[in-house]
Amino acid sequence: MKIEQISIFLENKPGRLNEICRTLADNKLNIVTLSLADTQQFGIVRLIIKDWVRAQQVLEANGYVVNVRQVVAATVPDRPGGMVEVLDIISSAGVNIEYMYAFTSRRGTAAVVIFRFDDPDKAVAALTTAGHDVLHPVELFKDSE
Amino acid sequence: MANFEFWNDGNTPLHPASAPDFVPRPQMEQMQLHRLQVMVRRAYENVPLFRGRCEERKVTPDDVKSLADIARLPFSVKSDLRDTYPYGLFASPLDDVVRIHASSGTTGKPIVVGYTKGDLEVWENVITRSLAAIGVRRGDVLHNAYGYGMFTGGLGLHNAQAMGVTVIPVGGGNTERQIMLLRDLGITVISCTPSYFLHILDEAAKVGLDFHSLPLKYGIFGAEPWTEEMRQRIEEASGIKAYDIYGLTEIIGPGVAMECTAQSGMHIFEDHFYPEVVDPETGEVLPDGETGELILTTLSKAATPMIRYRTRDITWLNREVCACGRTLRRIMRVSARSDDMLIIRGVNVFPSQIEAALMQVDAAAPHYQIIVTRENDLDRMEIEVEIRPEHASDEIKQMEALRLRMSQAIERITNIRAKVTLVQPNSLARSEGKAKRVKDLR
Repeated sequence: MKIEQISIFLENKPGRLNEICRTLADNKLNIVTLSLADTQQFGIVRLIIKDWVRAQQVLEANGYVVNVRQVVAATVPDRPGGMVEVLDIISSAGVNIEYMYAFTSRRGTAAVVIFRFDDPDKAVAALTTAGHDVLHPVELFKDSE
Repeated sequence: MANFEFWNDGNTPLHPASAPDFVPRPQMEQMQLHRLQVMVRRAYENVPLFRGRCEERKVTPDDVKSLADIARLPFSVKSDLRDTYPYGLFASPLDDVVRIHASSGTTGKPIVVGYTKGDLEVWENVITRSLAAIGVRRGDVLHNAYGYGMFTGGLGLHNAQAMGVTVIPVGGGNTERQIMLLRDLGITVISCTPSYFLHILDEAAKVGLDFHSLPLKYGIFGAEPWTEEMRQRIEEASGIKAYDIYGLTEIIGPGVAMECTAQSGMHIFEDHFYPEVVDPETGEVLPDGETGELILTTLSKAATPMIRYRTRDITWLNREVCACGRTLRRIMRVSARSDDMLIIRGVNVFPSQIEAALMQVDAAAPHYQIIVTRENDLDRMEIEVEIRPEHASDEIKQMEALRLRMSQAIERITNIRAKVTLVQPNSLARSEGKAKRVKDLR
């Protein structure tokens, strides 16, 4: 199951991330998880938000350039070798990982990792066939209410 | 041709080619009027654009009876060269044209000028007189660090070989190698942009080379405006004499005017280039001494004659006889340009070129701002570009690729490498005039 991630272009200047978070807070939008990629010049902040449609509207209305992409939230066993197992499945399926970042909460004995794949459907199929949990948005967001 | 033995005998400090620099004003004006009449007729008969404008004003070559009558003639402007690209302003058939030069235009198309054999001789003549005015002579070794190619700087100063100077056609770039040459080759004269020379000095200092220990005596600096403070800095840091040279591709290239040892304004070689200063708003001719836009008319150029060319340079004409004895009028330091052209490392850059480059990447021109700074005496150009919704990506590499495409397009069109910075929408100040597109912090 795929989930929507929104990403926002950020100038590399003090206070820019605060502004985004404040905009979301003022609109009662909870950030489930967040990752920041940056260069010397600019950054891209990627957000998982349950109500991403409204988040996109709110941010665009405030002048941000917002991009929406489908990503996959997969569980990864929280023990040595857990990550390798998952990565092996993905690479065997011939799928590229554009980037990935860890989720802030755990599910039982598993960590949750967000993956951006070049071919998410293929990756989801490979992971589920191999018996790995791929999280549905409902499960993903149930703790964040 | 010049008699170098005579000139170098130690008794006469002047190059024979410099003789017209000292003629009494009435004699100079007589020559100017004669040449102006010939030039106007030549342009009228061979350049349809000029003829058409004369007809609109109901003026013919016969109406030029005195130098003051030049005011009746129409101006020409840079866009004329663009509009008639490539050969529309040529008054000579290509059979007679032996050289083409060009400078960057505002839309990516260069402006093209031609030279007949005679025109190249005029260029040799004015470069010889330029260099002779600062004491350069046969036996001197010139390190010419202006860019070679269609830009007039390199081949312009290269004309110094006509007076017997040893010319080293170094061209631009590779500062380390330039420093090695300056140290090893017994170089006595250098020509480049003043900012590049300061850069050379800084780099030389890093490797412990003091220019005071070199035989270098003179610097010929032009292709960008520079200040008296910069001259002092250059002279103190290097022990050379720094001289300003003036020229523009549309007229001939470097050698339109040059400082003498008095360092008090640039003498216009008036037997080849007739200067006027006009009010840039009304076009009205101003008396000598008043500040306005410099207008130049070529008096001897056969291939691409220019009648009343608007240089956009703001200056004034000093007709007092110079301390050096030259009667040629002087243009006092060019203080500003009357339009929004930028000169970056000696290259003309227009905001419209940046716009054109950005539009190559993206059909709709994004909002942008040009920031020019000077770091370590080198001009730096940064372009801040507001990203648009369709640029949005979740991947850094996509955004970097966009940035790279923009800077490549800018370099293709302007020949200048610029740093492109992506900024958020609406983060740049909005203003009416495009002049506000430029933040010149030099």
